[in-house]
Amino acid sequence: MQNFPGVGVSPGRIVGTIRQMPRPLAEPPTGDKLAPGTSAEEAADALRVAAKAVQSQLRERAAGASADAKAVLEATALMATDPMLIKASIKLINAGSSAERAVWEAAEAVAAMLVNLGGYMAERATDVLDVRARIVASLRGVPAPGIPSSATPFILIAEDLAPADTATLDPVKVIALVTAGGGPQSHTAIIARSLGLPAVVAAAGVDQLADGTEVYVDGAAGTIATEPGDSERAAALAWAANASTLAVFDGHGTTADGHLVPLLANVGGAKDAVKAAAAGAQGVGLLRTEFCFLERETEPTIDEQVKAYRGVFDAFPGKKVVVRTLDAGADKPLPFLTDASEPNPALGVRGYRTDMSSPGVLERQLAAIAQAADGATAEVWVMAPMISTPDEAARFASLCAAAGLKTPGVMVEVPSAAVTSESILGQVEFASLGTNDLTQYTMAADRQLGPLAALNNPWQPAVLQLVRLTVAGALAEGSGKPVGVCGEAAADPALAVVLVGLGVSTLSMTARSLAAVGAVLATVTLKEAQEIATLALRATSPAEARDRARGKLPILAELGL
Amino acid sequence: MSERKATVASSSGLHARPASLFAEAAGETGVEVTIAMDGAPADDAMDASSILSLMTLGAEHGSVVVLRAEGEGADAALDTLVKLLETDLDAV
Repeated sequence: MQNFPGVGVSPGRIVGTIRQMPRPLAEPPTGDKLAPGTSAEEAADALRVAAKAVQSQLRERAAGASADAKAVLEATALMATDPMLIKASIKLINAGSSAERAVWEAAEAVAAMLVNLGGYMAERATDVLDVRARIVASLRGVPAPGIPSSATPFILIAEDLAPADTATLDPVKVIALVTAGGGPQSHTAIIARSLGLPAVVAAAGVDQLADGTEVYVDGAAGTIATEPGDSERAAALAWAANASTLAVFDGHGTTADGHLVPLLANVGGAKDAVKAAAAGAQGVGLLRTEFCFLERETEPTIDEQVKAYRGVFDAFPGKKVVVRTLDAGADKPLPFLTDASEPNPALGVRGYRTDMSSPGVLERQLAAIAQAADGATAEVWVMAPMISTPDEAARFASLCAAAGLKTPGVMVEVPSAAVTSESILGQVEFASLGTNDLTQYTMAADRQLGPLAALNNPWQPAVLQLVRLTVAGALAEGSGKPVGVCGEAAADPALAVVLVGLGVSTLSMTARSLAAVGAVLATVTLKEAQEIATLALRATSPAEARDRARGKLPILAELGL
Repeated sequence: MSERKATVASSSGLHARPASLFAEAAGETGVEVTIAMDGAPADDAMDASSILSLMTLGAEHGSVVVLRAEGEGADAALDTLVKLLETDLDAV
């Protein structure tokens, strides 16, 4: 295996055979004189005709090119008849040089000038040399240099690519671009990115490879290797799958057999919400309202709150947005709500409990949510964090009702809520599992303590059992109230499958994970997810639970997840 | 000899696309127009209809350049070109 390190400019992994760009035209010999019997005027005229012809070829290509490529080609077309280039050439012709040699030298001088300017200009020097080669080819009556034609797709290798080459290349035929020269701002890079082709530039030596050589190209790592082996082929296959499935979430969370599992986003404010909507989120499963006010010393006014919530609702017209009331305390202190002197804040007055110590804040927040919901088309649900008992759930529901909010719910983070979910759901309309805190409280392991990280693992079978119990309680309650998950666990595609198998009806996660979770979920039926969940539940350690689930999900390895 | 000063408005300076639009427009005026950086000797002025000259001029966003032309139509040509220079051609 031979390796050619370069600079990766457009990601993608691919295995294919190469085709070299034709060698550049042979240079007209130094001192090449006007042919006997040819006058300087005739040579100058021939040059003008050739320049015009090249210009019209390039304009023709520009007309059929994409917007990016078009601008570049139009500029290159102008260069062909550029007065500076033509005048300098004619001066040389008048001094006795052949037209070919004259334009060669004149363009060389211009290119050198651009190279000296450095940066962007230096990379435009390629355009000048491309125009020169075309003019010389035209003067000689030979076909212009260009991309080789091939019946099968290939990886194009070149010294460097000019816009005229890259702009017209067919991405069905050319599957990757590799250049021995060029830089990260070269046309090769620009065009490769706009076409989504893997590309590596500045890979010295690749232009010596023979046509038909099989190579592996990694456009992210910036490497080319000959004689690709199994691992390179696997990486290329994983990329091919990734590229088509992991790029975007289609906005439809479902199992392979059509069991719908809406995939929602966790957001901290309007900005996040707009991004999440663009990423295809089917709604918001967790609006962390405390994130709108983390820097605040004092309680935000109702107007400020309405504005903050409304921004989120407006990002999801007609969709579900689950608002969690202020979850202050422990790792997220809010000076106007929390008591910093508690010896054990994770077990202290936090979440819904702050309503005891700071009465009125929750009612005002509910009023603000109701006001923001009024006039927005989003379907607004509201839930309280850190609910431990059915009494708390009942009181929260009554506060919501008083504020005119129709869909009250609770977070299930405290094990007592999981165990008594049947009674709790008798009081509210839905439950959402907060797997991060549920894990911390189930395992009695502070989330913020590094040495306890192994205990703080949502794959802990005990945590999975509490998820199962929460769902079982909802079923026992009898009116089909939904149980969702809005913790980090939902963003792990393997764990997401387990959660769906345990009967969770929606998954809410960071918007970045939507596509991966959606892609994996779509490969299993609900029955398979249930079987995988059972395997995980019966494991004796988080590692075993995870391995068992992953073992049944070959898609993970294929996608490189 | 007519002369005008203009400030380059294109965000990328007189490069690539703005340069080609300007060079084309300068060519279409039918008048020989030169361009130089403000303060450079008039002898160093370059052909405004040459995209290569424009690129080697090195005018960035905010650079002040001097346009010169002579004869019939010179003023009208310069006015047109000044307007173009003071437009952000990257945004067109």
